Amino acid sequence: MKHTINELEDIVSQVRRDIVRMVHGCQSGHPGGSLGCAEFMTALYFETMNHSTDFKMDGVGEDLFFLSNGHISPVFYSVLARSGYFEVSELATFRKLNSRVQGHPTTHEGLPGIRIASGSLGQGMSVAIGAALTKKLNKDHSLVFSLHGDGELQEGQNWEAIMFAPHNKVDNLISTIDYNGQQIDGPTEKILSLENLQTKFEAFGWHVITSNGNNMEDIVKALEYAKSLTGKGRPILNLMSTQMGYGVDFMVGSHKWHGTAPNDAQLASALSQNKETIGDY
Amino acid sequence: MKKYTYSEKKDTRSGFGAGLHEAGQKNPNVVALCADLKGSLKMDAFADEFPERFIQIGIAEANMIGIAAGMTIGGKIPFTGTFANFSTGRVYDQIRQSVAYSNKNVKICASHAGLTLGEDGATHQILEDIGLMKMLPGMVVINPCDYNQTKAATLAIAEYEGPVYLRFGRPSIPVFTDPDQKFEIGKAWMVNEGTDVTIIATGHMVWKAIEAGEQLAALGIDAEIINIHTIKPLDEEAILKSIKKTGCVVTCEEHNKFGGLGESVARLLTTELPSPQEFVAVNDSFGESGTPDQLMTKYGLDTINIVEAAQKVLKRKK
Repeated sequence: MKHTINELEDIVSQVRRDIVRMVHGCQSGHPGGSLGCAEFMTALYFETMNHSTDFKMDGVGEDLFFLSNGHISPVFYSVLARSGYFEVSELATFRKLNSRVQGHPTTHEGLPGIRIASGSLGQGMSVAIGAALTKKLNKDHSLVFSLHGDGELQEGQNWEAIMFAPHNKVDNLISTIDYNGQQIDGPTEKILSLENLQTKFEAFGWHVITSNGNNMEDIVKALEYAKSLTGKGRPILNLMSTQMGYGVDFMVGSHKWHGTAPNDAQLASALSQNKETIGDY
Repeated sequence: MKKYTYSEKKDTRSGFGAGLHEAGQKNPNVVALCADLKGSLKMDAFADEFPERFIQIGIAEANMIGIAAGMTIGGKIPFTGTFANFSTGRVYDQIRQSVAYSNKNVKICASHAGLTLGEDGATHQILEDIGLMKMLPGMVVINPCDYNQTKAATLAIAEYEGPVYLRFGRPSIPVFTDPDQKFEIGKAWMVNEGTDVTIIATGHMVWKAIEAGEQLAALGIDAEIINIHTIKPLDEEAILKSIKKTGCVVTCEEHNKFGGLGESVARLLTTELPSPQEFVAVNDSFGESGTPDQLMTKYGLDTINIVEAAQKVLKRKK
């Protein structure tokens, strides 16, 4: 391990502070899914992936990550800044005019760490597969990771990609589903039921593992296990249970905080629940 | 009128297939993706010689565009192939976000564009694709006029860094351009110098513009004919220079009059050089089943339509 679980949890606490402060700062953005994925994103960038913060778009010889559900940009930006891709002070410009830290992730303003625009949902798995195919053609044995919302799976393009990857033995890809059961208009079960995601992915030919995304030890182990499954002819799907809004008691488990910013009192409460560890931006 | 002849007719899609094959031989980073239309896109030669660089996506165009965007990360140069309708309208948001906004080096190669797809009818005949693609910031839009030009364009875009839309077609048409031409993106080709009226044509309409030029010459009208193969970026200098001389213009395209080459020329003229213009284009309509020739006649895209438009615009000239 590069870090102890305690060290990683300290980083997560700071990431959660960044998320609520960024969204509060512009009174806009998506705190719920960002908070729910804080452990996963921290584990990925500080423990699991072999990656360079000397950013090169082509990413040859390093592991790559693609965020498909781009609206959880606050957690992505925080983790990128905290792992050294750009100055943490830039997080204060989130969603503001003339910023590289756009509402949804984009390459357009040249923010280091971002390799594709996302936000319009359902496109990230195709992109991740493409990057994985290029790694194979380049005889580059590093891996490709991706993250997708569960509600996002209602977009049909995902299922084109889910069908393609096993047929073409894209076994250098580890895709994770943020399985929080919530979307903007309510619980996924009420909006459009996902039914049994594990058996769906298995029926398409993926190797499916499950994990608890809000338990640092569990998610670190799950990602290590997922890595051990690569190179065996099948893509890997990490079905990761999380709670939207995890880490802020009044946000937990409700779709109401999918895309709502906290007010001053709510921010103070959220910050009191997540101690400052590395230092606020 | 300069004399143009041809010894054979070929489809522009075969020019694409030959260009792709050669681009693959020249550059190991060229990869080709297709959505179950390898034969229709003439990608067989590439696929046979470079099977590991040919990716059969299946009938899943959205996935194809996303995979192509991802493949650029690590240095590949993906050429995607399907019909023009499924290359653009069907996957507009995928192109917009994953390719254009993300500035990925993807070449979207579209066959069977326009009415000349023929018998399959309007579901497959897109007449709106140039408009869709030219509106995307940073997208290069190319519509070559014969086999040789399509082959040269395919080789040229492989060397250009950035997103490109390359539009070509199914019917066999005269091969009249130089087989060894150097294709310069964004550079107009002067087909014939003249003084009375400028005829600007793209794609399959260029040969018809040459035929129209000959008929106009017989009527004593000296037409200047320009081939605009690159609709974006538009060669504004060449267009303005010509219309300063002739004072009027006819634009010709196998596309809806809304959103195509004609509108690009009109926008330029309105701000720089207000001049009478006539449009030879489809009059805001879908197509229908029929042979290519029947359809071009019915929808007003024949040589005679260019001749009549030239006569009409000449009368409006001050």
